[in-house]
Amino acid sequence: MPLLGADMEAGTLVEWLKHPGDQVRRGDVIAVVDTQKGAIEIEVYEDGVIERTLVEPGEKVPVGTVLAMIRGAGAGAEAASAASVPATDATGRPPVVPSPSAEARPPAEKPAGGPPPSRASGTEAVRRRTTPVARRAAAELHVDMARVTGTGPEGAVTLDDVERAAKDAQPAEVPQAADRSAAMRAAIAAAMARSKREIPHFYLSTTIDLSRALAWLSAQNAERPVTERVLPFVLLVKAVARALVEVPAFNGFWIDGAFRPGEGVHVGCAIALRGGGLVAPALHDVPGKSPTTLMAELRDLVSRARSGSLRSSELADPTITVTNLGDMGVESTFGVIYPPQVAIVGFGRIAERPWVVEGAVAVRPLVTATLSADHRAADGHRGGLLLAAIDRALLTPEAL
Amino acid sequence: MNDAEIRDVVFRALSRVAPEASPATLVPGDPLRDQVDIDSMDFLNFVVALHERLGVDIPEADYAKLGTIDAIVGYLATRLAAKAASALPGA
Repeated sequence: MPLLGADMEAGTLVEWLKHPGDQVRRGDVIAVVDTQKGAIEIEVYEDGVIERTLVEPGEKVPVGTVLAMIRGAGAGAEAASAASVPATDATGRPPVVPSPSAEARPPAEKPAGGPPPSRASGTEAVRRRTTPVARRAAAELHVDMARVTGTGPEGAVTLDDVERAAKDAQPAEVPQAADRSAAMRAAIAAAMARSKREIPHFYLSTTIDLSRALAWLSAQNAERPVTERVLPFVLLVKAVARALVEVPAFNGFWIDGAFRPGEGVHVGCAIALRGGGLVAPALHDVPGKSPTTLMAELRDLVSRARSGSLRSSELADPTITVTNLGDMGVESTFGVIYPPQVAIVGFGRIAERPWVVEGAVAVRPLVTATLSADHRAADGHRGGLLLAAIDRALLTPEAL
Repeated sequence: MNDAEIRDVVFRALSRVAPEASPATLVPGDPLRDQVDIDSMDFLNFVVALHERLGVDIPEADYAKLGTIDAIVGYLATRLAAKAASALPGA
């Protein structure tokens, strides 16, 4: 069960979209998990073949629980969604292909932020007795043998045991909307309280003249069909990402007393949900994408966030968050950092205001950009450099 | 297409981005964004929905003319009439 944000403790498996024997590729959606943030599509981090699933639909399990075993191409069985793999499972059966390397997987392969599960490895001594017919039934009924109580000789799992287990498995219980809203409120409360308790925030603010960026954008949009128009927010997000490439100290995580730079710049975009609550799923690899591509991805992201069908990587990957309350008319917003990230950039309303240009007052579209940052990870000086880099990036919109 | 039909299309497009928006409670002459909780992405999707249903092009420069339901209906009626006129042979 991957960690899909600092506020998540457990998730309920809704359904498996892939089953034992199915070939999977990195990025494939293999399961749907229900969380306070809606139904999340769980992506796989490895290429391989699903060997078996260890959690049944309807089961609520803590973050870090192994959901399935995947036999990697040319490697041993690996856990689909947890950081380490028990050498043997609870049945005492070793994985079909022994995988001495599985325990020594490099940290880079861990799902972002996912704590390793503390599952004890089984041993050969507790090898489970069963029969081929029971095992075959278990596969067909998607019953996990490890969770079946055996009533046969010496605790062997019989066909009856498997069928009873299949009957007992409850269908997935998806919380109702009201429950979900309350659960999301509680999750936000926990994450934000933790942020304010643990993260020594500092705050910076600057005013940015957007006249060049908006003039360029209007000219672009005038030539485009309505379905391909780009919102100013996309330019702001792209400018933040470009600035983070220059000043990477704010792109990443504070984990175990140290700053860990993010791999790539994945910008979490705060999206308010109708009926309350918010999520901040990631636009992936922002520096390398054009505003047109980012706009298409943002539209898709907003629509899926609101319909409750985000993907696991979108929730687990953001290396920074950008919030844009300007649409609601506020002049500036100082965000609360979403742990374990180390910064959140906020934009207020874009409004025409007086601005001094070459000694004379001119009317210009201005926006207030703010940075809330983790003082453990960086200092105000660097924060100033980041805001200056955002300003500079917006001066050459054609390069965004 | 008469104004009542256009109004119906407008409300259907609006309900796609703001399901809580109801013809019964919205004041057609008051600013839309004061009455319905929509952001710039919602508004863009609303414009796209109007475009898809009516086939009229709505340039970004005209967004400022779309402040109220009445204004939107009037604007669309004008655009539809212009479109119909330009489609006449010899026009």
